[in-house]
Amino acid sequence: MDQSIQNDLNAPHSMGTTIIGVTYNGGVVLGADSRTSTGVYVANRASDKITQLTDNVYLCRSGSAADSQIVSDYVRHFLHQHTIQLGHPATVKVAANLIRLFSYNNKNMLQTGLIIGGWDKYEGGKIYGVPLGGTILEQPFAIGGSGSTYLYGFFDQEWKEGMTKEEAEQLVVKAVSLAIARDGASGGVVRTVIINSEGVTRNYYPGDALPLWHEELEPQNSLLDILSSSSSGPDMMIS
Amino acid sequence: MSQVAVDVPKGGFSFDLCRRNDMLAKKGVQQPSYRKTGTTIVGLIFQDGVILGADTRATEGPIVCDKNCEKIHYMAPNIYCCGAGTAADTEAVTDMVSSQLQLHRYHTGRESRVVTALTLLKKHLFNYQGHVSAALVLGGVDVTGPHLHTIYPHGSTDTLPFATMGSGSLAAMAMFESKYKEGMTRDEGIKLVTEAICSGIFNDLGSGSNVDVCVITKGHKEYLRNHLVPTPRTYVSAEGYKFTKKTEVLFTKITPLTEKVVVLEGGDAMEE
Repeated sequence: MDQSIQNDLNAPHSMGTTIIGVTYNGGVVLGADSRTSTGVYVANRASDKITQLTDNVYLCRSGSAADSQIVSDYVRHFLHQHTIQLGHPATVKVAANLIRLFSYNNKNMLQTGLIIGGWDKYEGGKIYGVPLGGTILEQPFAIGGSGSTYLYGFFDQEWKEGMTKEEAEQLVVKAVSLAIARDGASGGVVRTVIINSEGVTRNYYPGDALPLWHEELEPQNSLLDILSSSSSGPDMMIS
Repeated sequence: MSQVAVDVPKGGFSFDLCRRNDMLAKKGVQQPSYRKTGTTIVGLIFQDGVILGADTRATEGPIVCDKNCEKIHYMAPNIYCCGAGTAADTEAVTDMVSSQLQLHRYHTGRESRVVTALTLLKKHLFNYQGHVSAALVLGGVDVTGPHLHTIYPHGSTDTLPFATMGSGSLAAMAMFESKYKEGMTRDEGIKLVTEAICSGIFNDLGSGSNVDVCVITKGHKEYLRNHLVPTPRTYVSAEGYKFTKKTEVLFTKITPLTEKVVVLEGGDAMEE
């Protein structure tokens, strides 16, 4: 067996990932793929990387699966306490800053990039990015994870202020599916969470319902179907 | 609160020796091998609950040290946990959490929930940063319904309808991905779990011997130890073992003990 591809099932569980958070007029849309990998093996092809912190604030996780799960558990606990003490729902800014305090103060031990998104009545929909070192950045849109490198140009082109909810969600789904097409560490299904004054809506787009991009093949039941029919697609792979 | 960090537990595991071990390894000193369960462990959710399955081979490097070990550990009357990785670690961590769950049951007066076991395990494994090499498939049925989780040595968890772990996980997952469907009956579920474990037994070198199955439903559990023995010993001599020379009896002496021991009836009670 080729040593270089022998997968170590004790390798830390990392989420290759593409995560996105986008504001629109009225709220935010968070989106993520669903692949969690251990080395080259896909440990979970349908994971949920968008976790709830409070009723109105959600978090997209990337990087080490263990680290991001533990950070989100701790922050959920402290936010719950904070909400009880405050007497009304926590703001997105507070949630993002709690995440930032954890990430920054433990920066030597944690490896996790996070995007916090939510809606509160003071500031409306807000997106905060907390990447690896523990910086906090309030942004109109944020992208993260290994698949995000393929999306910087796309967002520079496609992003506009004041989109509607449908436009924003379509943008997010398109972006995640583009990243899935190019990044090996992202894949599976696309999950989105829309947060606004009315509440939270979770959506799910299965992998085969996503658009195909440049020279991607339709999913097939068997290689024999491709080889027997005349098609130009696979010629690239046969030397 | 800004001081909150991963607290190093007092006593117990000391990380100091890890540096020394790294240094020795670089110098070429061979680390003593420890007993790993090569393993194929699986779990799936069927219409009435959860079915867990495991092989029964424990390996020490290239040698099979236990041909019939138990990898499905008891956590609570309604929760069982399969363990892959270092045998000592999986045993210790499941025993520890099992007793914590028992204490929790006394405290609350309620049946244990699977998420409780999950949180206790995940917190412990995260604290040891992956050095406790235990990869677990945790399954059970509680008041909120059937649950199945996988837990990795670094402390991350996944919640899935079907899961496999261990060195044979790829072989077993191939079976699951092709044959799993929602809402299977008990027999279909046991059949699929057995096929998945057999796939691991035959195609993975670290898994072998027999198939253990555990079926957990609401209020009832069945532990089918050695449910299938796909690799029985075929060559067993009909005559049995023959020793060339019988043990010779050279000398017999019988000493009845009443001669040596004096038994007192009654007597004085002990006094300060």
